[in-house]
Amino acid sequence: MGLVRNLFVKGADDFSLGSGGQKRRYEVLRRYAVFSAAFVSITPLIIMTLLGYYQYEKAFRAELMGPISHLASSTKQSLEYFLQERRSALRMIVGEKSFEELADSATLQHTFSNLRRSFGGFIDLGLIDGSGKQRSYVGPYSLAGKSYQEQAWFHEVRLRGVHVSKVFLGHRGFPHFVIAVKHENPDGTWHVLRSTIDSEMLEKRILAEGLHRASDAFLIDREGLLQSRSRRYGEILQKITLPVPPPSSRADVMEVSDTDGTPLIMGWAFIGDSPFIFVLVKPSGAALESWNTLRTELLVFTLISVVLILAVIWWGSTYMVRRINEADHKRAAVLHKVEYTNRMATIGRLAAGVAHEINNPLAIINEKAGLLQDIVSADDTSPQRDKFLGLAGSIVSAVSRASRVTHRLLGFARHMDVRMEPIALEMLVAEVLGFLEREASHRNIKVNIQASNDLPTINSDRGQLQQVFLNILNNAIAAVGDGGKIDITLKLWGQDKVAVVVVDDGFGIEAVDLPKIFEPFFTTKKDGGTGLGLSITYGIVEKLGGTITAESEPGDWTRFTVVLPIERSGGLGSQG
Amino acid sequence: MSKIRVLVVDDEGELAHTVVERLGIRGFEADAATSGAEALELVARSRYDVVVLDLKMPGLGGIEVIDRLKEDHPELPVLLVTGHGSVEAAEEGMQAGACCYVMKPVDIEALAKMIKDAVSD
Repeated sequence: MGLVRNLFVKGADDFSLGSGGQKRRYEVLRRYAVFSAAFVSITPLIIMTLLGYYQYEKAFRAELMGPISHLASSTKQSLEYFLQERRSALRMIVGEKSFEELADSATLQHTFSNLRRSFGGFIDLGLIDGSGKQRSYVGPYSLAGKSYQEQAWFHEVRLRGVHVSKVFLGHRGFPHFVIAVKHENPDGTWHVLRSTIDSEMLEKRILAEGLHRASDAFLIDREGLLQSRSRRYGEILQKITLPVPPPSSRADVMEVSDTDGTPLIMGWAFIGDSPFIFVLVKPSGAALESWNTLRTELLVFTLISVVLILAVIWWGSTYMVRRINEADHKRAAVLHKVEYTNRMATIGRLAAGVAHEINNPLAIINEKAGLLQDIVSADDTSPQRDKFLGLAGSIVSAVSRASRVTHRLLGFARHMDVRMEPIALEMLVAEVLGFLEREASHRNIKVNIQASNDLPTINSDRGQLQQVFLNILNNAIAAVGDGGKIDITLKLWGQDKVAVVVVDDGFGIEAVDLPKIFEPFFTTKKDGGTGLGLSITYGIVEKLGGTITAESEPGDWTRFTVVLPIERSGGLGSQG
Repeated sequence: MSKIRVLVVDDEGELAHTVVERLGIRGFEADAATSGAEALELVARSRYDVVVLDLKMPGLGGIEVIDRLKEDHPELPVLLVTGHGSVEAAEEGMQAGACCYVMKPVDIEALAKMIKDAVSD
């Protein structure tokens, strides 16, 4: 019996899938499913988004920097050509004309005039001998006779043969720079032809490139001093606030920040054989506006995708876990039913064997005791007649009680034929109450029946339903005290079932006993009930396609709810 | 009026003889048989008004005894006694020709009434 009870308790535990532990287990399962699905679906999305992000950014920057680099390169070529043109012109003059010819002021004036006509920007022209003394000069300044022997540029020309100066303002404040070329004579002597050039000619070449308003282009020297005017950094010879770019033989581009933090794209090119560096700056914010828009769209798209994926995964996982939960419930219910059926069949076979074996000795005892009664009854002379009759009567009564047990055991074991017929449940319950009317009346027990108006007739087995309600009502009457109350309610249960609810105000069932009351041989009756009534009831209700449940508040009330189908479906038919 | 002659057949001889004795007290003339074969022999030798037959016996079972009796004595009422509690088995016996059945342990007064009813039918 211990084993049987344990199985029932285990079955009850299996049934309670909605308990705290089970809920936690399903919650863990759901979280695991959500995490796994989210990981495998969101990780590739994020990786692809990041790759796309960097590819797009790279392409955008290349697209942005390409034109700047190209502009810097073309400006470099233009400026180098400008300087080269003027150097070549001076070289040609100093090469074709002798020192003496150039020392002649008239010849130098003539040459200067031709030079100005052919090339723009020349301000003056002077001849300096190997000692650094200006031998002749044509131009607006009073430089005749000036000695340059100690000046750095003169030494540079002597060593390198050419010199292009930084821009300077001079006495009149006009920006200009100097180109000087050296000529060596066959006799070893040498002289220098020096010319001042208006630096505005350089600016024209820079501005001629036609820049965007937000951009700026200018020349600087290697110390970062402006060699031409700048929109952003001021006048000539002011120091720019940008870093001086590193030396490079070709045009290059990099990202820098201004002192105010403005991000800039800076293109630059070192102008060959000169101290000039061409610099082109463009605010990257404006240039990268479309990239920023795309980046925002990419971010929004990714976020929406992640949210959608998470929502779908959450919904899917919840749905899946719910289905698993339902499947587990169904499986547990089926297992419980199979377990119960198997147990009932085993107990049934055992009960039938025991009952049959006991029945024959009982019959013999019954007949022998009956015969004793017959004999003693016929003998009026025996002084012990009444005592013998009483003893024999007790034997017959005990046999009768024992035979009730064996008949119940046999009833429990035997196959039940189900004979379906339309049944008005209210009338059936009233009929059953009729069997118990005498006891109820005797003990002043009040029984109320309440049936809803829409209660349909059901298709079921009359005899077996009578047994069901006889058992339940018998228990209810046994449970209530004298003057107690039993309420019977009949009502529709869903669309295709009816329920009969029997509530008594008796002593109730202890919580520890409640899960066991449908077990065979379990009884709480002090006078030793067989413990089969509710077990048989449970089996019949199940066979008829219904359910029976019990609830109780110990010391207060007990409620049995029998739910029966209006039309019985399924193939349990006449199985045992 | 002659006494109703009853043959009580049960493999439990103790039971059969006690029932016979009790039926005798109630005015019946009863004999006991403890097997199906003995019952058939007694029926062949003597006249009986009713046979009270245990359904479940070793050897020749109750249903087989009914079948044999119905062949030779189709008018002889057979009253089945069953301790098996199987409605199906009892119904099978009735389909074979038994007039009615009663469950063990038997209430002697009820049995006596059933015997009388069987004879009067």
